[in-house]
Amino acid sequence: MGWFWKFTNSSIGKKLVMTVTGILLIIFLIIHLAGNLTLYWGAKAFSTYASTLELIMPLLRIIEVLLALVFIFHIINGIRVWWGNKKSKGVENKISAKSKNSSIFSRTMIQSASIIFIFLVIHLDTIWYPYNLGNGAENLYGIVTGLFMIPLYSWFYIFAMALLGFHLNHGFQSAFQTMGWNHKKYFPLIQTVGTIYAILVAAGFASLPIYFLYFHGR
Amino acid sequence: MGNINSTSKDFKLDSKVPEGPIETKWTNHKFNLKLVNPSNKRKYDIIVVGTGLAGASAAATLGELGYNVKAFSFHDSPRRAHSIAAQGGINASKNYQNDGDSTFRLFYDTVKGGDFRSREANVYRLAEVSGNIIDQCVGQGVPFAREYGGLLDNRSFGGAQVSRTFYARGQTGQQLLLGAYSALSRQINSGKVQMLNRREMLDLVVVDGAARGIVVRNLLTGAIEKYSAHAVVLATGGYANVFFLSTNAMNSNTTAIWRAHKKGAFFANPCYTQIHPTCLPLHGDSQSKLTLMSESIRNDGRVWVPKKKGDNRAPNQIPEDERDYYLERKYPSYGNLAPRDISSRSAKEVCDEGRGVNGGEAVYLDCSDAIKRLGKKAIEERYGNLFDMYQNITGENPYEVPMKIYPAPHYIMGGLWVDYNLMSTVPGLFVLGEANFSDHGANRLGASALMQGLADGYFVIPYTIGDYLATRKFASVSTEQDEFKKSEKEIKDFVGKLLSIKGKTTVDEIHKKLGKLLWNKVGMARNEKGLKEVIGEIKALREEFWKDVNVVGKSDDLNQTLERAGRVADYLELSELMAVDALDRNESCGCHFREEYQTEEGEAKRDDEHYRYVAAWEFEDVGKWNLHKEELEFEFLHLAQRSYK
Amino acid sequence: MSEKKINLKLKIWRQSAPNTVGSFVDYSVSVSPEASFLEMLDELNNNLEKNNQDPIVFESDCREGICGTCGLVINGEPHGPLPKIATCQLHMRNFKDGQTIWVEPFRAKAFPVIKDLAVDRSAFDKVIQAGGYISVNTGGVPDANSIPISKDIASEAFDSAACIGCGACVAACKNGSAMLFVGAKVTQFSLLPQGQPERQSRVEAMVAKMDELGFGSCSNTYACEAECPKGISVKNIAKLNREYRLAKIKSKNVEA
Repeated sequence: MGWFWKFTNSSIGKKLVMTVTGILLIIFLIIHLAGNLTLYWGAKAFSTYASTLELIMPLLRIIEVLLALVFIFHIINGIRVWWGNKKSKGVENKISAKSKNSSIFSRTMIQSASIIFIFLVIHLDTIWYPYNLGNGAENLYGIVTGLFMIPLYSWFYIFAMALLGFHLNHGFQSAFQTMGWNHKKYFPLIQTVGTIYAILVAAGFASLPIYFLYFHGR
Repeated sequence: MGNINSTSKDFKLDSKVPEGPIETKWTNHKFNLKLVNPSNKRKYDIIVVGTGLAGASAAATLGELGYNVKAFSFHDSPRRAHSIAAQGGINASKNYQNDGDSTFRLFYDTVKGGDFRSREANVYRLAEVSGNIIDQCVGQGVPFAREYGGLLDNRSFGGAQVSRTFYARGQTGQQLLLGAYSALSRQINSGKVQMLNRREMLDLVVVDGAARGIVVRNLLTGAIEKYSAHAVVLATGGYANVFFLSTNAMNSNTTAIWRAHKKGAFFANPCYTQIHPTCLPLHGDSQSKLTLMSESIRNDGRVWVPKKKGDNRAPNQIPEDERDYYLERKYPSYGNLAPRDISSRSAKEVCDEGRGVNGGEAVYLDCSDAIKRLGKKAIEERYGNLFDMYQNITGENPYEVPMKIYPAPHYIMGGLWVDYNLMSTVPGLFVLGEANFSDHGANRLGASALMQGLADGYFVIPYTIGDYLATRKFASVSTEQDEFKKSEKEIKDFVGKLLSIKGKTTVDEIHKKLGKLLWNKVGMARNEKGLKEVIGEIKALREEFWKDVNVVGKSDDLNQTLERAGRVADYLELSELMAVDALDRNESCGCHFREEYQTEEGEAKRDDEHYRYVAAWEFEDVGKWNLHKEELEFEFLHLAQRSYK
Repeated sequence: MSEKKINLKLKIWRQSAPNTVGSFVDYSVSVSPEASFLEMLDELNNNLEKNNQDPIVFESDCREGICGTCGLVINGEPHGPLPKIATCQLHMRNFKDGQTIWVEPFRAKAFPVIKDLAVDRSAFDKVIQAGGYISVNTGGVPDANSIPISKDIASEAFDSAACIGCGACVAACKNGSAMLFVGAKVTQFSLLPQGQPERQSRVEAMVAKMDELGFGSCSNTYACEAECPKGISVKNIAKLNREYRLAKIKSKNVEA
């Protein structure tokens, strides 16, 4: 399997790793968002969602581990790509006209990713950890809505989701380009779908803290 | 002129043209050439200088055959060679269009286009292998234009009444060069060709009367480097830059062939310089070069000037019956597709009459009829990139306003004299492509330069160089022996001298002066008085150069001023020979138009009785040459006054 | 021809050798709007030489936008502010009187500066040498019309083949990636029937060489396409990605 190792470590291979893990994360986000949106239907609906997941418990842990691996690959590989590319560029020109030849979303993947990563850590620490490994049976609905009532927490959540939108807006179409699926007829459609997806995901997640912070129970 | 003495040496130029009917000469010759055994080929080193179409194709093919090749280029990469800028296309007598083309017709058109001043056998061979070139290029992945059925498309070009020009949009030269470059790259990868970029050949080393090596300057470090070989191939292009303003690339120069000339290679027909009819007019003093618009536009464009002198109306305001479509008027059967020399001269004529655009030096090239007939889209498809280029340079939209064009120096038919085997008068020194004189006579037809470069490189030199190597005994040479050391010292002294003058005039200033002298007196029209004057003026300018030039910088560094200075020093010698040659040729032929020798209608008037020869000049000293003549025999074509009427 | 001139302030990168520290030097010029950008530099150099100063080293050759020799970063953009032209085709009428222009070399680790504005782009040649060709010897090829190629395919292959190898794509890329250049060559040959026999080995070899030479990895910002003087499309990169992926899956080469 030496060739496979070399393949995934080549310039294009590294991009493919980003793409494959990225596509899996794109799918994960849809499922996660669908689940989260049940919060709008109240504690009962949300708990039903959470307990439905519990039904496949041993499998869920495996999925979680795989998901964690996907995240880790995406992150570590992303850092490698970024660092390698920085070295490949070397000295930068003093004057930059990048805003004229490329989109801000495409140029700031590492920055948006960094914020999303911080978010991810906080997210796991404040929700996933207490729920799964906390002492005593915690109520997930309670944890989540409780957190959303904290303005600072919610604002950071909203900010992170906006950057997630940025990240996805570039990442979605970028995945297709890296897979080599850039066709004159369909690629503009893919770009549009990507942007719509990015907006929906970002807005969908961000709508929850906004709702709980400003509208719920008032 | 007392320094020219055609009988000073008994040297007899031998063209080595094989016997027999023209159709079988090359086939028989190939059979008669001695071969080098495949396993012996690796024992031979060949130096190829210049890696444009001719050089790259030669180096690649020689590498494929198994020779050890060292290829030299002053560029950073072989892909930069000026062959890349050829726009229109490449001729080949494939007769894919079923319009009556044949090897003989291409041969005939080329000899006639060259005004019967080329060697029949060479031209026939060129026509004969032309088809192979297209096959070869397609095999390399050159994306030629195609028809809907998937077969190759052709367009027509000046000087021919058949469509035999293969093309890749307006970038044919680029695609062909990249094809040759890829073949060369493959040989570099295989180790058969060693590519030495950024090195400029400054001397040819002759040992025991044969070319055995070169001395180059490494343009990055300034180091003078010596290389030995069993044979040297020069494919270093033309010297239209002697005019300062030309369509050639900034770095194209004569230095390699000029230094070889000074080492014994005869220089043939140096005054045959092609002035291309369709270039963008001059814009001002700071101009560095002239831009060519492909002649292919003449397929759909009509050339005209106002009938009245002083008619300064905007072109679209001048009604049809007040325009003079002078090419169509004078040459009804070829019209706007008259050969380049004739088109250029006609443009000069109408401008001299004061009927140029706004009284200046420009004529209109008008595609509006074709746009009306075929639609803007069709024209855009054919010439889109050229139109964009025009708009970009001039700021005018050629779809709406007729383009302004004027002739400019473009190509050099003259060059080092070579025999049928492409070997110069120095044994072991072969010369290919524009650098030699062989195939275009006194005027080259459009789309023939690419053909010649590739014919020489792919299909001629691989055979003929083998014969030279197989039939000769070689003593071993070392780059440490006297001939090399002497040459190295001369080059170092030359460089040192240039840097030590520290005068007040820049290299470009002198070059510009030289260009003006030549353009006015050795340009599109020449006369005895002007030529005699200009010889003196060139000598004076040469003196000024060596007294007053200012070459800044150091020798052991990347020094572009120094590079240019060396080239201009050579131009200052070559230009004198151009004038001497033009003065010697008391006739008009092709591009060489002597005002004293013209028909009543103002056409070039040849003197076949006295000037049916190749003028091959032997270098004796600076400003001093011996003339040798190669009589041109026309066994297969009837010598006729060229008519495109 | 003595039309009005425009005055400009230039800030030009000067660096005397590859491993020395460079800096910007200010120059003032007065130039005809009809002149090209490089003619403006020619004139400046001529004046420098007259004052016994070292002229600015920059490379150019054909000055028709086809040889790919020239290449400057002008106000942050490779080949300057206009789309689809090389530096040599940029004319001074595109600048305003009194404007300040920053002139820098192409920047990438694989393109080290040689002197002033000249950079070493020989890495491109090395990538081509690794496999950017169709292995046919001279002679022995079939008749040019023996394999029909549809007009569309030929035209598409031409679009890719139009690359002039100037390196603006690499210079524009924040990653110093050469994938547009490599993609264009891979695409050209993979479209044509003549390119099929070496289709897999070619892309494997070229990408391996590209990586070895220190070019970066594409992150799809598409700055390359925006700055390419020939408008080479990033579809060539998509094609490269696809060709490489399929080659890696299908080819029997376990060494590469």
